[in-house]
Amino acid sequence: MQNIAPKLTHEQYEKNFAEIKPALSPAAAIAEANRCLYCYDSPCTKACPTHIDIPAFIKKIATRNMKGSAKTILESNWVALTCAKACPVAVLCEGACVFNAKSEPPIEIGLLQRYAMDEYFSSGMPALFTKAPAAGKSVGIIGSGPAGLACAAELALHGVEAIIYEAKDIPGGLDTWGIAPYKVRKEDSLKEVGLIESLGVTIKTGIKIGTNLQVDELLSKHDALFLGIGLGESHELAIEGENTPGVIGALQFIADVKREDWQNVVVGKRVAVIGAGNTAIDAATEARRLGAEQVLIVYRRSQHEMPAYGFEFDLAKTDGVQFYFLSAPVKVLGTESVTGLKCIKMELGEPDKQGRRSPKPVPGSEFILELDMVIKSIGQQTNAAFLQQLQDVVIESGKVVVDDVTYQTGNPKIFAGGDCINGGKEVVNAAYDGKRAALGIIQFLLG
Amino acid sequence: MADLSINCAGIKSPNPFWLASAPPSNSAYQNCKAFEEGWGGTVWKTIGEPVMNVCNRYGGLDYNGQKLMGLNNIELISDRDIAVNLKEMAETKKMWPDRAVIASLMVESDRQVWHDIVKRTVDTGVDGIELNYGCPHGMSERGMGSAVGQVPEYCQMITEWVTEVSTIPVLVKLTPNIGNIQGPARAAKKGGAHGISLINTINSIMGVNLDTFETFPSVEGKGGHGGLAGPIVKPIALNLLSQVAIDKEVNLPISGIGGISNWRDAAEFILLGANSVQVCTAVMHYGFRIIKDMTEGLSNWMDEKGFTSLDQVRGKALHRIDDFGNLNLLFKSVARIDQKKCIHCNLCYIACNDGAHQCIDLSQENGVSKTVVREEDCVGCDLCSIVCPVENCIEMVRIDDGAQHKTWNSLMSDFKAQNESLSWEKLREFQKKHGIEIH
Ligand SMILES: Cc1cc2nc3c(=O)[nH]c(=O)nc-3n(C[C@H](O)[C@H](O)[C@H](O)COP(=O)(O)OP(=O)(O)OC[C@H]3O[C@@H](n4cnc5c(N)ncnc54)[C@H](O)[C@@H]3O)c2cc1C
Ligand SMILES: Cc1cc2nc3c(=O)[nH]c(=O)nc-3n(C[C@H](O)[C@H](O)[C@H](O)COP(=O)(O)O)c2cc1C
Repeated sequence: MQNIAPKLTHEQYEKNFAEIKPALSPAAAIAEANRCLYCYDSPCTKACPTHIDIPAFIKKIATRNMKGSAKTILESNWVALTCAKACPVAVLCEGACVFNAKSEPPIEIGLLQRYAMDEYFSSGMPALFTKAPAAGKSVGIIGSGPAGLACAAELALHGVEAIIYEAKDIPGGLDTWGIAPYKVRKEDSLKEVGLIESLGVTIKTGIKIGTNLQVDELLSKHDALFLGIGLGESHELAIEGENTPGVIGALQFIADVKREDWQNVVVGKRVAVIGAGNTAIDAATEARRLGAEQVLIVYRRSQHEMPAYGFEFDLAKTDGVQFYFLSAPVKVLGTESVTGLKCIKMELGEPDKQGRRSPKPVPGSEFILELDMVIKSIGQQTNAAFLQQLQDVVIESGKVVVDDVTYQTGNPKIFAGGDCINGGKEVVNAAYDGKRAALGIIQFLLG
Repeated sequence: MADLSINCAGIKSPNPFWLASAPPSNSAYQNCKAFEEGWGGTVWKTIGEPVMNVCNRYGGLDYNGQKLMGLNNIELISDRDIAVNLKEMAETKKMWPDRAVIASLMVESDRQVWHDIVKRTVDTGVDGIELNYGCPHGMSERGMGSAVGQVPEYCQMITEWVTEVSTIPVLVKLTPNIGNIQGPARAAKKGGAHGISLINTINSIMGVNLDTFETFPSVEGKGGHGGLAGPIVKPIALNLLSQVAIDKEVNLPISGIGGISNWRDAAEFILLGANSVQVCTAVMHYGFRIIKDMTEGLSNWMDEKGFTSLDQVRGKALHRIDDFGNLNLLFKSVARIDQKKCIHCNLCYIACNDGAHQCIDLSQENGVSKTVVREEDCVGCDLCSIVCPVENCIEMVRIDDGAQHKTWNSLMSDFKAQNESLSWEKLREFQKKHGIEIH
């Protein structure tokens, strides 16, 4: 790389990646819990994709029934700590809180859930659930992201053996390797992994199904399989110069950051992130916090079409990220390493089928951005090569097709959930899918 | 600007706010500081018999994160010498001639002892005397405080001992720990009291520690009943105040006490007949400075309502106090939910369904819940509007035309006139005639 951003001190890195939403003190948590109206048939519970009984867990905080509070939460969501810290609460539970309609601040549901889960983990994870006797069935789970973890936990509770196969050396999926460190630290995700292991789930890391171990072998070993494989690497830009050193996929870059070995993450002085989804925002803010002097987001549509949440956009702006809207990359410049990016101005044409106006290049409007690094963040690929190995599993628009209720794929022994069926949503959706799929599997295996 | 000055049984003060006899009025330092901040009067911390206090003598009751809804104490009367207290009273009164300084007394039930202390008190130049017949702990076991307040005969006797020598107004402070407050109030009157103060604190235990099983307040692991005060006692105080205020046999000026934290509380006490009002817990929580809002708020409210003096406010709500038997059985109200204001918490639904009469329906419209009152079934109990967190979202609307009036008492007279006695059948007949159906 031609210009590497100067290294910061360890303290400075830790400060830059410190939690942006710190925990509530016990007194503050109880005061906030008492502010909750304890709605009946509450909108927050409906808005939560896992339908946690939110008023119930909050009232238990108010009465200091912390074990009961954790139980209420975990009954619906096995990765509740990660969700508490990483969920886009403003568009989910907190967005639905009735206080909004009163023009009063909504209850801090995320922070309260986090308080309950922090208490649960710091009190040594007391047992909350009774496992059913062994049912004599075994399920192989591919992927240890939130979908796989939730599926495994639920199966284990029902007395079904659950073995997770994980390609990476450390489990947790994107909870461990993707979510911005100022929201969720690796250690948080691993606490949840620990909870699921404590239920008797086995996690075999460093095993990539389809590569180190074949699907057929798994199918013969287990009574059913669950696919919680998420999505693949970052999409290619398909432009000239893409392979120049200094061009990196957002997922790879973020995974490097998530090792928390800050000094050894390479980041350029001037960085462009291509794309304006939530991952692009994360990559951009993380690059800034690592010390990049200038970070640009290059996006071919306008702010209006930008897929990132408003609050993520605000965060990037606060971090000093600059936005180049209506600009598309056409060529990466540089031979040994990236020196710049040639872009072209875009204009918006007619709305497409989804109502999004599609961008068209403005002839002769090319311009050059001088850069040291380009991060590709225009979405994740599907694990097509792997999915093709699975007989009877139907893929449509890159998503594994499953039954709405049972999560069964076209192959009756194979179930799926999480990003691989929805094309990439949130942790909370994956957690819900995993749990529901487990119930589908139990229905299939045990009737 | 409204005139806030009062004359309570001959004791004058520039505003109705007095410190209640309690820790805030313990010393000249405190009382002078309070006057500086604007308090109209003080009832000095009770003086009398030799006492010794214990540590951990207070207990607080929090509610849903709010501190001090109630304050309990097992404190005794002043633990400072009588002579010191009397000297400070004299000095304070001299420094603050326009404020009310009232001595609170409690000594053993002996005529001579009472005569002595009363004479010494009068000599200080204070404006009045309050007799503490209320303290429910510590002193009562020694035959004083509420042990006097609970027995009308003692109450009258001791009041007589005091009034026969006192040359200044005498207020009798009553205990709420009694079935009928009118008994001791009438006894005080008979004993020659010039006014009544009420209430003192209410017998209570504040709670039990779930780890140690100690009750609190806990003195080295032991405790027992103490006196409860603070916001939580206000409704009880208002009731007892009204009971004494409407009693024609008493007919004395009243100093209202119990849970007064701000001018709004004070205004309610005055509307129910209080002349002066006394404050303890709110000062113990926030200090003397709360007086600024109290006088200003009361004055602004009076201006707004067009009152120029407190005489015009006093007792204005008393005529509304009546027996249940005189309430109109044919007054009919129902709850109406303003759908535009509704925030869909559904608390009205669950309260009505589980806790009342099942007259609210909960339905779903585009994923949003909707609560609707079935008016024909609504008994008008008011629970839904009480639990609704949104102001003016649920209103109790009168639906009878106001032409019909029948109270329980007059209904019973009707039955009597018809030579009928009360029975379910007779009652149902009456209800049916007026379209009232109980389900
Ligand atoms: C950068 C980034 C930031 C995000 N931030 C947030 C956020 O703040 N909040 C939020 O709610 N969501 C966020 N998300 C989305 C969220 O992380 C995902 O929706 C969620 O993790 C999906 O869970 P999953 O279990 O389906 O897949 P993943 O978490 O992707 O887990 C899949 C796992 O399967 C393993 N695997 C794949 N193929 C194989 C194979 N063949 N053999 C063995 N193992 C395999 C992978 O190694 C991985 O561990 C973010 C996503 C990204 C990319
Ligand atoms: C700590 C404490 C000590 C008190 N001591 C006395 C006292 O010595 N004499 C007395 O007449 N009342 C005493 N009281 C009762 C108060 O004067 C008053 O009647 C009661 O606290 C109710 O008012 P509040 O709700 O404003 O506190 C005491 C109250 C408290 C809280």
